[in-house]
Amino acid sequence: MSKVGTASRHKSPWMIIVKRLSGNKMGMLGVLIIATLILIAIFAPLLEPYSFKAQDIGNMNQAPSGDHLLGTDEFGRDMLSRILRGARISFVVGVASVAISVVIGCIVGAIAGYYGGVVDLVLTSIADLTWSMPAILVALLLVAIIGPGLESVVLAIGLSYWSQYARLIRGQILSLKGSVFVEATRSLGASDFVILFKHLVPNSISPVIVAATIGVGNAIVLEATLGFLGMGAQPPTPSWGAMMSSGTAYLFISPWVIIFPGIAMMITVLGFNLFGDALVDIMDVKNRESNL
Amino acid sequence: MWVYVLRRTLLLIPIFFAISVVIFSLIHLVPGDPIDSLLGPGSSKGDRAELLALYGLDKPLPMQYLYWLKDFITGDMGQSIIEKQPVADMIFYNLPFTMRLGLLSLAISFFLGIFLGIISAAAKNTFVDYIAMIIALLGVTVPAFWLGLILILAFSVNLGWFPVSGSGSFSHLVLPAVAVGLGGAGLVARVTRVSMLEMFNKDFVLLLYAKGLSRNVIIVKHVFRNALMPVITILGLRLGWILGGAVSIEIVFSRPGIGSMLLTALFRRDYPVVQASLIFLTMAVIIGAFITDIIYSYADPRVRDVYK
Repeated sequence: MSKVGTASRHKSPWMIIVKRLSGNKMGMLGVLIIATLILIAIFAPLLEPYSFKAQDIGNMNQAPSGDHLLGTDEFGRDMLSRILRGARISFVVGVASVAISVVIGCIVGAIAGYYGGVVDLVLTSIADLTWSMPAILVALLLVAIIGPGLESVVLAIGLSYWSQYARLIRGQILSLKGSVFVEATRSLGASDFVILFKHLVPNSISPVIVAATIGVGNAIVLEATLGFLGMGAQPPTPSWGAMMSSGTAYLFISPWVIIFPGIAMMITVLGFNLFGDALVDIMDVKNRESNL
Repeated sequence: MWVYVLRRTLLLIPIFFAISVVIFSLIHLVPGDPIDSLLGPGSSKGDRAELLALYGLDKPLPMQYLYWLKDFITGDMGQSIIEKQPVADMIFYNLPFTMRLGLLSLAISFFLGIFLGIISAAAKNTFVDYIAMIIALLGVTVPAFWLGLILILAFSVNLGWFPVSGSGSFSHLVLPAVAVGLGGAGLVARVTRVSMLEMFNKDFVLLLYAKGLSRNVIIVKHVFRNALMPVITILGLRLGWILGGAVSIEIVFSRPGIGSMLLTALFRRDYPVVQASLIFLTMAVIIGAFITDIIYSYADPRVRDVYK
């Protein structure tokens, strides 16, 4: 019995996911886009041809040219540098707000699914109510309450999107809580808390991860819309949404100020969606069983 | 069937109460009040107290809610603090604009989405499929307001086909509706594709092939009709998500509407207006989901027969 043989028969779930992903063309494109975005976000200061905040009054609203590949904005700032720097903000906003949604969603959904009864009814009603209200309206109202700025935008987006994760986790927990392994853990004397958050939630998390991947894209788009409505990151911050919103006033003079951040956002969100869609195919439980 | 409709309709009442309580309390968490913007410089504390009493803002919150609820049920939505006119008048002036925009956007989402979904399912894993799916994804990857601005640049400024802004005629409605509808179209296209691909694997499709029917007939007459149900469901569930784009689009095209009214009021802390328009938008979404649900149960004979 050789070691190689054993290893190939007992692949870890992560290895299987990676292997399946490499066979999915659209999924790989998504991975490529996200990886590039992360690299840009990390190395933005090194990649920027100009400082992202250097104003150049002599070169205001310049069309794309050899000097400024993507043109300049109303303060003569280089658009390429600002878009590269904006990748950092969009990425952080997307990931941080989704993290908030996932944590809230997991706690609410897990408690609702595990305890059932009145607790479930109340929590599920709250989640359904949040879900039925357009996210943009909830976020707008929350930013109005917390006050403008990047942090409050992250918090507002996080608080607007939690309900979908709560629904997912609740459904999973409902189908798992009668399992034998739960019974076994309980008979070993484990508390509800341990059963719930150490055993049930980790076993229910995969649909949440898939939804969260796509959720990062939605959060980035929502940040831009809030920015446009004057409730987002405030102007000197080079967020893509803030750039688009301040460019609106110059739509007919320098359309590139709006067009390029939008294209950057389009590619980024496309990346998260393609990756998320590939994960849906790959992590599908029915598939997983039959292909092991 | 009618029992079911009645039961669902009655369920809207507690939902309305829950929503109005949530929105009412959230709005009163917003710091600052409209009285500040009404008071001129040099006004005394007495003036302030007088105004607070006039608008009932000096009472405890639950009392304010009950007063407001009593008026709301009798059709009196209060008085706009800034505009000095009944909120009901403002709502009924703006509502038709938002409804026209919403309905046309939904139609675009539905038909364009289904079209893209069918061709990509029929041409699964080919170049056509990838292109159709990328187009479908583009609608969900950018904010609606950005699409609106790009449409203005392309079709109003460069081509001159549609007006830049305003709300006079049908041609004013086209670009805003496309900007809102594209996002929904992407969603519909993806759901249509997945649910059609699932149908292709069903035994009854194999039987239809064995019967000698052509592929096109099978796709259009059988697979598509069966695949439509999840599409209707998702449209109902994500109605709010699709129509959420309307808020920013009304600003982009300077259209009147509940969205632009809400935003202006929010900036001025005009509580009664914000409250009423939020409740209207949310209830519109819930009633839309409710109608979808009725259509769904009517369109699916299996569900319909249960309630006969």
